[in-house]
Amino acid sequence: MNELAFFINNVLVAGMVLGCVYALGAIGVTLIFGILRFAHFAHGDMMTMGAFVAFVLASLVATFGIQTAWPTGFIVLPLALPITAALALVIDRLVYRPLRDAGAKGVTLLIASIGVTLMIQGLIRLLFGTSNRSFFETDPKQLFRLTLPFEGAQRPITLSEPQILLVVVTVLAVIALHLFLTRSRLGKGMRAMADNPDLARVSGINTRQVIRATWIIAGALACLAGTMLALDVSLKPDLAFNIVLPIFAAAIVGGLGHAYGAIAGGFLVGFAETLAVFNWTVLLRPFRDAIPWGLPADLSLVPTDYKLTVAFIILVVVLLFRPTGIFRGAST
Amino acid sequence: MSLIEISSVHAGYGGAPILNGIDIAIDSTDIAVIVGPNGAGKSTILKAIFGLVTVSQGMIRFGGKEITNAEPDRLVPMGLGFVPQEFNVFTSMSVQENLEMGAYIRRDDFSDTMHSVYAMFPDLQEKRRQRAGELSGGQRQMVAMGRALMSKPKLLLLDEPSAGLSPIYMNQVFDHIKKVNANGVAILMVEQNARHALGFATRGFVISNGQNRFTGTGKALLEDPHVARSFLGG
Repeated sequence: MNELAFFINNVLVAGMVLGCVYALGAIGVTLIFGILRFAHFAHGDMMTMGAFVAFVLASLVATFGIQTAWPTGFIVLPLALPITAALALVIDRLVYRPLRDAGAKGVTLLIASIGVTLMIQGLIRLLFGTSNRSFFETDPKQLFRLTLPFEGAQRPITLSEPQILLVVVTVLAVIALHLFLTRSRLGKGMRAMADNPDLARVSGINTRQVIRATWIIAGALACLAGTMLALDVSLKPDLAFNIVLPIFAAAIVGGLGHAYGAIAGGFLVGFAETLAVFNWTVLLRPFRDAIPWGLPADLSLVPTDYKLTVAFIILVVVLLFRPTGIFRGAST
Repeated sequence: MSLIEISSVHAGYGGAPILNGIDIAIDSTDIAVIVGPNGAGKSTILKAIFGLVTVSQGMIRFGGKEITNAEPDRLVPMGLGFVPQEFNVFTSMSVQENLEMGAYIRRDDFSDTMHSVYAMFPDLQEKRRQRAGELSGGQRQMVAMGRALMSKPKLLLLDEPSAGLSPIYMNQVFDHIKKVNANGVAILMVEQNARHALGFATRGFVISNGQNRFTGTGKALLEDPHVARSFLGG
Protein backbone atom coordinates (compact mmCIF):
# COMPACT_ATOMS: atom_id res chain seq x y z
CA MET A 1 0.00 0.00 0.00
CA ASN A 2 3.02 2.25 0.39
CA GLU A 3 3.31 2.17 -3.35
CA LEU A 4 -0.22 3.51 -3.72
CA ALA A 5 0.49 6.36 -1.32
CA PHE A 6 3.65 7.09 -3.31
CA PHE A 7 1.58 7.19 -6.49
CA ILE A 8 -1.00 9.52 -4.94
CA ASN A 9 1.70 11.86 -3.63
CA ASN A 10 3.71 11.98 -6.80
CA VAL A 11 1.01 11.90 -9.43
CA LEU A 12 -2.34 13.00 -8.05
CA VAL A 13 -1.23 15.59 -5.50
CA ALA A 14 1.64 16.92 -7.60
CA GLY A 15 -0.53 16.95 -10.74
CA MET A 16 -3.29 18.77 -8.92
CA VAL A 17 -0.86 21.44 -7.67
CA LEU A 18 0.74 21.88 -11.09
CA GLY A 19 -2.67 21.85 -12.76
CA CYS A 20 -3.92 24.68 -10.51
CA VAL A 21 -0.88 26.85 -11.24
CA TYR A 22 -1.04 26.14 -14.98
CA ALA A 23 -4.79 26.76 -15.06
CA LEU A 24 -4.53 30.13 -13.29
CA GLY A 25 -1.74 31.19 -15.64
CA ALA A 26 -3.47 29.85 -18.75
CA ILE A 27 -6.71 31.69 -17.96
CA GLY A 28 -4.76 34.95 -18.06
CA VAL A 29 -2.99 34.03 -21.29
CA THR A 30 -6.23 32.97 -22.94
CA LEU A 31 -8.18 36.07 -21.82
CA ILE A 32 -5.43 38.38 -23.06
CA PHE A 33 -5.32 36.52 -26.35
CA GLY A 34 -9.10 36.61 -26.73
CA ILE A 35 -9.38 40.34 -26.08
CA LEU A 36 -6.06 41.79 -27.27
CA ARG A 37 -5.21 39.17 -29.91
CA PHE A 38 -1.63 38.54 -28.96
CA ALA A 39 0.33 35.86 -27.14
CA HIS A 40 1.39 37.46 -23.88
CA PHE A 41 4.80 35.91 -23.49
CA ALA A 42 5.56 37.91 -20.33
CA HIS A 43 2.76 36.20 -18.45
CA GLY A 44 5.10 33.91 -16.55
CA ASP A 45 7.08 36.91 -15.38
CA MET A 46 3.89 38.66 -14.39
CA MET A 47 3.35 35.68 -12.09
CA THR A 48 6.88 36.00 -10.70
CA MET A 49 6.33 39.73 -10.27
CA GLY A 50 3.13 39.04 -8.33
CA ALA A 51 4.99 36.59 -6.11
CA PHE A 52 7.66 39.20 -5.35
CA VAL A 53 4.98 41.79 -4.56
CA ALA A 54 3.53 39.31 -2.08
CA PHE A 55 7.03 38.59 -0.75
CA VAL A 56 7.75 42.27 -0.09
CA LEU A 57 4.40 42.67 1.65
CA ALA A 58 4.98 39.51 3.69
CA SER A 59 8.43 40.75 4.74
CA LEU A 60 6.89 44.05 5.83
CA VAL A 61 4.25 42.24 7.83
CA ALA A 62 6.94 40.05 9.38
CA THR A 63 9.07 43.05 10.44
CA PHE A 64 6.07 44.29 12.41
CA GLY A 65 6.22 40.97 14.17
CA ILE A 66 2.73 39.97 13.07
CA GLN A 67 2.22 36.23 12.83
CA THR A 68 -0.95 34.32 12.24
CA ALA A 69 -1.97 30.70 11.90
CA TRP A 70 -1.89 31.14 8.11
CA PRO A 71 1.22 31.54 5.95
CA THR A 72 2.08 35.25 5.81
CA GLY A 73 2.45 35.11 2.02
CA PHE A 74 -1.16 34.01 1.84
CA ILE A 75 -2.43 36.61 4.30
CA VAL A 76 -1.06 39.50 2.20
CA LEU A 77 -2.80 38.32 -1.01
CA PRO A 78 -5.77 40.74 -0.69
CA LEU A 79 -3.21 43.53 -1.01
CA ALA A 80 -0.83 41.83 -3.44
CA LEU A 81 -3.56 41.06 -6.01
CA PRO A 82 -4.64 44.68 -6.61
CA ILE A 83 -1.02 45.87 -6.62
CA THR A 84 -0.07 43.33 -9.29
CA ALA A 85 -3.22 44.17 -11.27
CA ALA A 86 -2.22 47.85 -11.12
CA LEU A 87 1.30 46.97 -12.30
CA ALA A 88 -0.23 45.04 -15.20
CA LEU A 89 -2.23 48.14 -16.11
CA VAL A 90 0.92 50.27 -15.94
CA ILE A 91 2.77 47.85 -18.25
CA ASP A 92 -0.15 47.98 -20.68
CA ARG A 93 -0.24 51.76 -20.57
CA LEU A 94 3.51 52.10 -21.15
CA VAL A 95 4.18 49.28 -23.59
CA TYR A 96 1.17 47.67 -25.23
CA ARG A 97 -1.31 50.54 -25.55
CA PRO A 98 0.98 52.84 -27.57
CA LEU A 99 1.58 49.92 -29.94
CA ARG A 100 -2.15 49.14 -30.17
CA ASP A 101 -2.97 52.77 -30.89
CA ALA A 102 -0.37 52.74 -33.66
CA GLY A 103 -2.16 49.76 -35.18
CA ALA A 104 0.58 47.22 -34.41
CA LYS A 105 -0.02 43.59 -35.34
CA GLY A 106 -0.15 40.70 -32.86
CA VAL A 107 3.38 39.64 -33.72
CA THR A 108 4.73 43.08 -32.80
CA LEU A 109 2.96 42.91 -29.45
CA LEU A 110 4.33 39.40 -28.89
CA ILE A 111 7.87 40.65 -29.46
CA ALA A 112 7.16 43.59 -27.15
CA SER A 113 6.04 41.14 -24.48
CA ILE A 114 9.35 39.29 -24.81
CA GLY A 115 10.95 42.64 -24.06
CA VAL A 116 8.69 42.98 -21.02
CA THR A 117 9.85 39.52 -19.90
CA LEU A 118 13.46 40.66 -20.00
CA MET A 119 12.66 43.90 -18.20
CA ILE A 120 10.70 42.27 -15.38
CA GLN A 121 13.35 39.60 -14.87
CA GLY A 122 16.11 42.19 -14.98
CA LEU A 123 14.35 44.44 -12.49
CA ILE A 124 13.71 41.56 -10.11
CA ARG A 125 17.36 40.48 -10.24
CA LEU A 126 18.44 44.08 -9.74
CA LEU A 127 16.21 44.61 -6.72
CA PHE A 128 16.27 41.19 -5.07
CA GLY A 129 19.34 39.41 -6.40
CA THR A 130 19.38 35.98 -7.94
CA SER A 131 19.14 33.82 -4.84
CA ASN A 132 16.32 31.48 -3.92
CA ARG A 133 14.08 32.85 -1.22
CA SER A 134 11.52 31.22 0.96
CA PHE A 135 8.28 32.52 2.37
CA PHE A 136 8.86 30.21 5.30
CA GLU A 137 12.02 31.53 6.90
CA THR A 138 10.32 32.26 10.19
CA ASP A 139 7.14 30.23 10.31
CA PRO A 140 7.45 26.56 9.42
CA LYS A 141 5.45 25.02 6.59
CA GLN A 142 2.62 22.99 8.00
CA LEU A 143 2.22 19.47 6.64
CA PHE A 144 -0.85 17.29 6.73
CA ARG A 145 -0.32 13.55 6.69
CA LEU A 146 -3.16 11.22 5.87
CA THR A 147 -2.56 7.55 6.44
CA LEU A 148 -4.32 5.29 3.99
CA PRO A 149 -6.97 3.20 5.70
CA PHE A 150 -5.35 -0.09 4.72
CA GLU A 151 -3.42 -2.60 6.71
CA GLY A 152 0.33 -2.21 6.45
CA ALA A 153 0.12 1.31 5.11
CA GLN A 154 3.06 3.20 6.56
CA ARG A 155 3.75 5.91 4.04
CA PRO A 156 1.16 8.68 4.45
CA ILE A 157 -0.32 10.91 1.80
CA THR A 158 1.39 14.25 2.37
CA LEU A 159 -0.17 17.61 1.64
CA SER A 160 1.36 20.91 2.64
CA GLU A 161 -0.74 23.83 3.80
CA PRO A 162 0.09 25.96 0.71
CA GLN A 163 -0.96 23.09 -1.54
CA ILE A 164 -4.35 22.83 0.11
CA LEU A 165 -4.76 26.60 -0.01
CA LEU A 166 -3.77 26.62 -3.67
CA VAL A 167 -6.47 24.13 -4.60
CA VAL A 168 -9.13 25.94 -2.55
CA VAL A 169 -8.14 29.34 -3.93
CA THR A 170 -8.10 28.04 -7.53
CA VAL A 171 -11.59 26.60 -7.16
CA LEU A 172 -12.84 29.89 -5.71
CA ALA A 173 -11.13 31.92 -8.44
CA VAL A 174 -12.63 29.76 -11.17
CA ILE A 175 -16.13 30.05 -9.69
CA ALA A 176 -15.73 33.82 -9.34
CA LEU A 177 -14.50 34.09 -12.93
CA HIS A 178 -17.38 31.97 -14.18
CA LEU A 179 -19.92 34.17 -12.40
CA PHE A 180 -18.19 37.30 -13.68
CA LEU A 181 -18.18 36.11 -17.31
CA THR A 182 -21.76 34.82 -17.36
CA ARG A 183 -23.59 37.19 -15.00
CA SER A 184 -21.99 40.63 -15.08
CA ARG A 185 -22.39 43.22 -17.79
CA LEU A 186 -18.64 43.80 -18.08
CA GLY A 187 -17.92 40.05 -18.13
CA LYS A 188 -20.39 39.51 -20.94
CA GLY A 189 -18.85 42.47 -22.74
CA MET A 190 -15.48 40.72 -22.45
CA ARG A 191 -16.91 37.56 -23.99
CA ALA A 192 -18.54 39.64 -26.73
CA MET A 193 -15.24 41.34 -27.53
CA ALA A 194 -13.39 38.02 -27.62
CA ASP A 195 -16.12 36.62 -29.89
CA ASN A 196 -16.34 39.47 -32.39
CA PRO A 197 -14.34 42.66 -31.70
CA ASP A 198 -15.81 44.65 -34.60
CA LEU A 199 -19.38 43.90 -33.61
CA ALA A 200 -18.56 44.65 -29.96
CA ARG A 201 -17.32 48.04 -31.08
CA VAL A 202 -20.40 48.89 -33.15
CA SER A 203 -22.60 47.76 -30.26
CA GLY A 204 -21.08 50.63 -28.31
CA ILE A 205 -19.10 48.41 -25.93
CA ASN A 206 -16.33 50.48 -24.38
CA THR A 207 -13.33 48.51 -25.60
CA ARG A 208 -10.82 50.39 -23.42
CA GLN A 209 -12.79 49.49 -20.33
CA VAL A 210 -12.90 45.84 -21.39
CA ILE A 211 -9.14 45.86 -21.98
CA ARG A 212 -8.57 47.33 -18.52
CA ALA A 213 -10.76 44.64 -16.97
CA THR A 214 -8.78 41.99 -18.84
CA TRP A 215 -5.46 43.21 -17.44
CA ILE A 216 -6.87 43.49 -13.93
CA ILE A 217 -8.14 39.90 -14.00
CA ALA A 218 -5.05 38.50 -15.72
CA GLY A 219 -2.73 40.41 -13.36
CA ALA A 220 -4.60 39.33 -10.23
CA LEU A 221 -4.72 35.69 -11.30
CA ALA A 222 -1.03 35.83 -12.21
CA CYS A 223 -0.21 37.15 -8.73
CA LEU A 224 -2.33 34.42 -7.18
CA ALA A 225 -0.68 31.67 -9.20
CA GLY A 226 2.83 33.04 -8.70
CA THR A 227 2.49 33.52 -4.96
CA MET A 228 0.93 30.12 -4.39
CA LEU A 229 3.64 28.51 -6.51
CA ALA A 230 6.33 30.35 -4.55
CA LEU A 231 4.72 29.24 -1.28
CA ASP A 232 4.77 25.64 -2.50
CA VAL A 233 8.36 25.64 -3.77
CA SER A 234 10.56 28.71 -3.39
CA LEU A 235 10.84 32.20 -4.80
CA LYS A 236 13.39 32.98 -7.51
CA PRO A 237 13.61 35.44 -10.41
CA ASP A 238 12.80 32.81 -13.04
CA LEU A 239 10.14 31.11 -10.91
CA ALA A 240 7.37 31.18 -13.50
CA PHE A 241 9.39 31.92 -16.62
CA ASN A 242 10.32 28.24 -16.47
CA ILE A 243 6.69 27.19 -16.76
CA VAL A 244 5.56 29.63 -19.41
CA LEU A 245 5.72 26.83 -22.01
CA PRO A 246 3.30 24.46 -20.22
CA ILE A 247 1.05 27.45 -19.51
CA PHE A 248 0.87 28.33 -23.20
CA ALA A 249 0.39 24.65 -24.02
CA ALA A 250 -2.54 24.58 -21.60
CA ALA A 251 -4.10 27.69 -23.12
CA ILE A 252 -3.66 26.42 -26.69
CA VAL A 253 -4.82 22.90 -25.88
CA GLY A 254 -7.96 24.35 -24.32
CA GLY A 255 -8.57 26.57 -27.33
CA LEU A 256 -7.16 30.10 -27.19
CA GLY A 257 -9.67 32.65 -26.00
CA HIS A 258 -11.65 30.00 -24.16
CA ALA A 259 -11.43 30.45 -20.36
CA TYR A 260 -12.89 27.06 -19.45
CA GLY A 261 -10.68 25.39 -22.00
CA ALA A 262 -7.66 26.95 -20.30
CA ILE A 263 -8.68 25.42 -16.98
CA ALA A 264 -9.15 21.99 -18.53
CA GLY A 265 -5.90 22.41 -20.46
CA GLY A 266 -4.06 23.38 -17.29
CA PHE A 267 -5.07 20.23 -15.45
CA LEU A 268 -4.53 18.08 -18.54
CA VAL A 269 -0.95 19.30 -18.92
CA GLY A 270 -0.33 19.15 -15.15
CA PHE A 271 -1.46 15.54 -14.77
CA ALA A 272 0.17 14.50 -18.03
CA GLU A 273 3.52 15.80 -16.75
CA THR A 274 3.33 14.01 -13.42
CA LEU A 275 2.06 10.80 -15.04
CA ALA A 276 4.81 10.88 -17.63
CA VAL A 277 7.67 11.28 -15.17
CA PHE A 278 6.26 8.80 -12.65
CA ASN A 279 8.31 5.65 -12.27
CA TRP A 280 5.72 2.93 -12.87
CA THR A 281 8.08 0.29 -11.51
CA VAL A 282 7.05 1.44 -8.04
CA LEU A 283 3.45 0.44 -8.62
CA LEU A 284 4.43 -2.90 -10.12
CA ARG A 285 6.84 -3.77 -7.30
CA PRO A 286 4.27 -5.78 -5.27
CA PHE A 287 3.81 -8.04 -8.29
CA ARG A 288 7.49 -8.48 -9.07
CA ASP A 289 7.45 -12.23 -8.34
CA ALA A 290 4.75 -12.75 -10.94
CA ILE A 291 6.80 -11.15 -13.68
CA PRO A 292 9.14 -13.85 -15.06
CA TRP A 293 11.56 -11.52 -16.84
CA GLY A 294 12.05 -9.32 -13.79
CA LEU A 295 11.17 -5.71 -13.20
CA PRO A 296 13.18 -2.93 -14.83
CA ALA A 297 14.49 -0.30 -12.45
CA ASP A 298 12.87 2.65 -14.20
CA LEU A 299 9.60 2.53 -16.09
CA SER A 300 8.88 6.24 -16.36
CA LEU A 301 7.87 7.48 -19.82
CA VAL A 302 10.05 10.57 -19.63
CA PRO A 303 13.04 11.31 -17.39
CA THR A 304 12.23 14.01 -14.83
CA ASP A 305 14.69 16.44 -16.40
CA TYR A 306 12.70 16.32 -19.62
CA LYS A 307 9.35 17.05 -18.01
CA LEU A 308 8.89 20.14 -20.18
CA THR A 309 8.77 18.02 -23.34
CA VAL A 310 5.46 16.55 -22.16
CA ALA A 311 3.75 19.91 -22.65
CA PHE A 312 5.32 20.12 -26.08
CA ILE A 313 4.15 16.67 -27.10
CA ILE A 314 0.59 17.36 -25.95
CA LEU A 315 0.67 20.64 -27.84
CA VAL A 316 1.87 19.01 -31.07
CA VAL A 317 -0.65 16.17 -30.86
CA VAL A 318 -3.57 18.49 -30.17
CA LEU A 319 -2.55 20.88 -32.93
CA LEU A 320 -2.31 17.96 -35.37
CA PHE A 321 -5.67 16.41 -34.58
CA ARG A 322 -7.72 19.32 -33.26
CA PRO A 323 -6.04 22.53 -34.38
CA THR A 324 -8.52 24.81 -32.62
CA GLY A 325 -8.00 23.14 -29.25
CA ILE A 326 -10.22 20.79 -27.28
CA PHE A 327 -12.82 23.51 -27.04
CA ARG A 328 -13.08 25.57 -30.17
CA GLY A 329 -11.06 28.73 -29.55
CA ALA A 330 -10.63 32.09 -31.15
CA SER A 331 -8.75 32.05 -34.43
CA THR A 332 -5.70 34.17 -34.99
CA MET B 1 -34.57 69.52 -40.08
CA SER B 2 -33.22 66.20 -41.30
CA LEU B 3 -32.38 63.49 -38.77
CA ILE B 4 -29.10 62.78 -40.49
CA GLU B 5 -27.34 64.95 -42.99
CA ILE B 6 -24.31 63.84 -44.95
CA SER B 7 -22.84 66.66 -46.95
CA SER B 8 -20.17 66.22 -49.64
CA VAL B 9 -18.40 63.47 -47.74
CA HIS B 10 -15.12 62.06 -49.01
CA ALA B 11 -13.93 58.93 -47.26
CA GLY B 12 -11.78 55.85 -47.69
CA TYR B 13 -9.41 53.39 -46.07
CA GLY B 14 -6.33 55.57 -46.45
CA GLY B 15 -5.57 54.92 -50.12
CA ALA B 16 -7.64 56.37 -52.94
CA PRO B 17 -10.93 57.70 -51.55
CA ILE B 18 -13.96 55.48 -52.09
CA LEU B 19 -16.52 58.20 -51.52
CA ASN B 20 -16.10 61.38 -53.58
CA GLY B 21 -18.64 63.84 -52.30
CA ILE B 22 -21.72 62.01 -51.11
CA ASP B 23 -24.87 63.91 -50.09
CA ILE B 24 -27.60 62.14 -48.17
CA ALA B 25 -30.30 63.58 -45.94
CA ILE B 26 -33.16 61.68 -44.40
CA ASP B 27 -35.97 62.44 -41.96
CA SER B 28 -36.90 60.60 -38.81
CA THR B 29 -39.74 58.72 -40.50
CA ASP B 30 -37.91 57.63 -43.63
CA ILE B 31 -36.98 54.24 -44.96
CA ALA B 32 -34.03 55.20 -47.13
CA VAL B 33 -32.34 52.78 -49.50
CA ILE B 34 -28.93 53.15 -51.09
CA VAL B 35 -28.57 51.20 -54.32
CA GLY B 36 -25.91 51.04 -56.98
CA PRO B 37 -23.47 48.71 -58.71
CA ASN B 38 -20.90 46.60 -56.87
CA GLY B 39 -17.97 48.62 -55.64
CA ALA B 40 -19.88 51.90 -55.80
CA GLY B 41 -19.16 52.59 -52.14
CA LYS B 42 -22.61 51.87 -50.73
CA SER B 43 -21.43 50.06 -47.61
CA THR B 44 -18.65 52.59 -47.17
CA ILE B 45 -21.29 55.29 -46.67
CA LEU B 46 -22.66 53.41 -43.66
CA LYS B 47 -19.16 52.80 -42.33
CA ALA B 48 -18.30 56.47 -42.74
CA ILE B 49 -21.36 57.44 -40.71
CA PHE B 50 -20.39 54.96 -38.02
CA GLY B 51 -16.80 56.09 -37.74
CA LEU B 52 -15.40 52.85 -39.18
CA VAL B 53 -13.69 54.54 -42.13
CA THR B 54 -12.06 57.93 -42.01
CA VAL B 55 -13.92 60.90 -43.45
CA SER B 56 -11.34 63.17 -45.07
CA GLN B 57 -13.67 65.92 -46.28
CA GLY B 58 -17.24 66.93 -45.71
CA MET B 59 -19.49 66.75 -42.70
CA ILE B 60 -21.96 64.38 -41.08
CA ARG B 61 -24.60 65.74 -38.72
CA PHE B 62 -27.00 63.66 -36.67
CA GLY B 63 -29.89 65.33 -34.84
CA GLY B 64 -28.20 68.69 -35.37
CA LYS B 65 -24.85 67.62 -33.84
CA GLU B 66 -21.73 67.04 -35.84
CA ILE B 67 -20.60 63.40 -35.69
CA THR B 68 -17.93 63.33 -38.40
CA ASN B 69 -15.39 60.61 -37.48
CA ALA B 70 -16.98 60.00 -34.07
CA GLU B 71 -16.34 56.64 -32.38
CA PRO B 72 -19.17 54.07 -32.13
CA ASP B 73 -19.26 54.23 -28.33
CA ARG B 74 -20.30 57.87 -28.67
CA LEU B 75 -22.71 57.28 -31.58
CA VAL B 76 -24.70 54.43 -30.05
CA PRO B 77 -25.80 56.45 -26.99
CA MET B 78 -26.82 59.28 -29.37
CA GLY B 79 -29.29 56.96 -31.09
CA LEU B 80 -27.48 55.35 -33.98
CA GLY B 81 -27.60 51.60 -34.53
CA PHE B 82 -25.62 49.59 -37.06
CA VAL B 83 -26.23 46.08 -38.38
CA PRO B 84 -23.18 44.95 -40.37
CA GLN B 85 -23.64 42.67 -43.35
CA GLU B 86 -21.52 39.77 -42.13
CA PHE B 87 -20.45 38.48 -38.74
CA ASN B 88 -23.28 40.44 -37.21
CA VAL B 89 -24.03 38.18 -34.23
CA PHE B 90 -21.89 37.00 -31.30
CA THR B 91 -21.87 33.34 -32.32
CA SER B 92 -20.64 31.92 -29.01
CA MET B 93 -23.23 33.80 -26.96
CA SER B 94 -26.91 33.03 -26.46
CA VAL B 95 -29.63 34.97 -28.28
CA GLN B 96 -30.52 36.67 -25.00
CA GLU B 97 -26.89 37.66 -24.37
CA ASN B 98 -26.65 39.04 -27.91
CA LEU B 99 -29.58 41.30 -27.14
CA GLU B 100 -28.02 42.31 -23.81
CA MET B 101 -24.87 43.35 -25.65
CA GLY B 102 -27.01 45.64 -27.80
CA ALA B 103 -28.11 47.32 -24.58
CA TYR B 104 -24.54 47.51 -23.21
CA ILE B 105 -24.53 51.30 -23.20
CA ARG B 106 -27.79 51.49 -21.27
CA ARG B 107 -27.59 51.65 -17.50
CA ASP B 108 -31.38 51.72 -17.06
CA ASP B 109 -33.73 48.74 -16.97
CA PHE B 110 -34.03 47.47 -20.53
CA SER B 111 -36.44 44.58 -19.98
CA ASP B 112 -39.23 46.51 -21.74
CA THR B 113 -37.12 46.88 -24.87
CA MET B 114 -36.23 43.20 -24.70
CA HIS B 115 -39.95 42.30 -24.49
CA SER B 116 -40.73 44.45 -27.50
CA VAL B 117 -37.86 42.90 -29.49
CA TYR B 118 -39.14 39.42 -28.60
CA ALA B 119 -42.65 40.53 -29.54
CA MET B 120 -41.32 41.59 -32.92
CA PHE B 121 -39.31 38.38 -33.41
CA PRO B 122 -41.27 35.62 -31.64
CA ASP B 123 -38.85 32.98 -33.04
CA LEU B 124 -36.08 34.50 -30.97
CA GLN B 125 -37.99 34.24 -27.73
CA GLU B 126 -38.19 30.50 -28.23
CA LYS B 127 -34.48 30.24 -28.94
CA ARG B 128 -33.27 32.78 -26.42
CA ARG B 129 -31.03 30.30 -24.60
CA GLN B 130 -29.57 28.88 -27.81
CA ARG B 131 -26.22 30.07 -29.09
CA ALA B 132 -26.61 32.53 -31.95
CA GLY B 133 -24.07 30.56 -34.01
CA GLU B 134 -26.49 27.64 -34.16
CA LEU B 135 -29.28 29.65 -35.80
CA SER B 136 -30.24 29.81 -39.48
CA GLY B 137 -29.27 32.78 -41.65
CA GLY B 138 -32.69 34.40 -41.38
CA GLN B 139 -32.81 33.98 -37.62
CA ARG B 140 -29.31 35.41 -37.27
CA GLN B 141 -30.45 38.47 -39.19
CA MET B 142 -33.27 38.85 -36.66
CA VAL B 143 -30.79 38.55 -33.78
CA ALA B 144 -28.59 41.17 -35.45
CA MET B 145 -31.49 43.58 -35.89
CA GLY B 146 -32.80 42.84 -32.41
CA ARG B 147 -29.35 43.53 -30.96
CA ALA B 148 -29.19 46.89 -32.71
CA LEU B 149 -32.72 47.80 -31.57
CA MET B 150 -31.85 47.19 -27.90
CA SER B 151 -30.09 50.56 -27.69
CA LYS B 152 -33.36 52.22 -28.79
CA PRO B 153 -31.86 53.87 -31.87
CA LYS B 154 -33.47 56.75 -33.71
CA LEU B 155 -31.73 55.66 -36.89
CA LEU B 156 -30.86 52.12 -37.86
CA LEU B 157 -28.17 51.50 -40.48
CA LEU B 158 -28.53 48.15 -42.23
CA ASP B 159 -25.86 46.80 -44.56
CA GLU B 160 -27.47 44.44 -47.08
CA PRO B 161 -29.90 42.82 -44.66
CA SER B 162 -31.13 40.36 -47.29
CA ALA B 163 -27.68 39.16 -48.43
CA GLY B 164 -27.48 35.38 -48.63
CA LEU B 165 -31.09 34.82 -47.64
CA SER B 166 -33.64 32.78 -49.57
CA PRO B 167 -36.56 34.79 -51.09
CA ILE B 168 -38.94 33.78 -48.28
CA TYR B 169 -36.55 34.98 -45.60
CA MET B 170 -35.81 38.10 -47.62
CA ASN B 171 -39.48 39.08 -47.59
CA GLN B 172 -39.59 38.35 -43.87
CA VAL B 173 -36.60 40.57 -43.20
CA PHE B 174 -38.07 43.38 -45.29
CA ASP B 175 -41.37 43.04 -43.41
CA HIS B 176 -39.47 43.36 -40.15
CA ILE B 177 -37.69 46.45 -41.39
CA LYS B 178 -41.02 48.05 -42.28
CA LYS B 179 -42.33 47.13 -38.83
CA VAL B 180 -39.29 48.67 -37.12
CA ASN B 181 -39.80 51.82 -39.16
CA ALA B 182 -43.49 51.92 -38.26
CA ASN B 183 -42.37 51.91 -34.61
CA GLY B 184 -40.62 55.21 -35.16
CA VAL B 185 -37.09 54.25 -36.18
CA ALA B 186 -35.64 55.80 -39.31
CA ILE B 187 -33.94 53.28 -41.60
CA LEU B 188 -30.94 53.77 -43.86
CA MET B 189 -30.07 50.58 -45.68
CA VAL B 190 -27.85 49.36 -48.46
CA GLU B 191 -29.52 46.77 -50.64
CA GLN B 192 -28.65 44.59 -53.62
CA ASN B 193 -32.26 43.72 -54.37
CA ALA B 194 -32.75 47.25 -55.64
CA ARG B 195 -36.19 46.87 -57.25
CA HIS B 196 -37.66 45.16 -54.24
CA ALA B 197 -36.21 47.62 -51.73
CA LEU B 198 -37.06 50.75 -53.72
CA GLY B 199 -40.63 49.42 -53.86
CA PHE B 200 -41.14 50.31 -50.19
CA ALA B 201 -38.50 53.01 -49.70
CA THR B 202 -39.61 56.55 -48.99
CA ARG B 203 -36.24 57.77 -50.21
CA GLY B 204 -33.79 56.24 -52.63
CA PHE B 205 -30.20 57.11 -53.44
CA VAL B 206 -28.50 55.73 -56.51
CA ILE B 207 -24.73 55.76 -56.03
CA SER B 208 -21.93 54.92 -58.41
CA ASN B 209 -18.19 55.56 -58.25
CA GLY B 210 -18.62 57.09 -54.82
CA GLN B 211 -20.94 59.83 -56.05
CA ASN B 212 -24.68 60.48 -56.07
CA ARG B 213 -26.33 59.70 -59.40
CA PHE B 214 -30.05 59.93 -58.69
CA THR B 215 -32.08 60.83 -55.64
CA GLY B 216 -35.83 60.63 -55.17
CA THR B 217 -38.62 58.64 -53.62
CA GLY B 218 -38.36 54.90 -54.20
CA LYS B 219 -41.31 55.01 -56.55
CA ALA B 220 -39.92 57.90 -58.59
CA LEU B 221 -36.58 56.12 -59.02
CA LEU B 222 -38.29 52.90 -60.12
CA GLU B 223 -40.23 54.82 -62.76
CA ASP B 224 -37.26 56.85 -64.00
CA PRO B 225 -36.16 55.31 -67.32
CA HIS B 226 -32.52 56.46 -66.83
CA VAL B 227 -32.27 54.74 -63.48
CA ALA B 228 -33.93 51.63 -64.85
CA ARG B 229 -31.62 51.44 -67.85
CA SER B 230 -28.33 52.11 -66.03
CA PHE B 231 -28.84 50.58 -62.63
CA LEU B 232 -31.81 48.26 -62.48
CA GLY B 233 -31.04 46.15 -65.52
CA GLY B 234 -33.62 47.62 -67.95
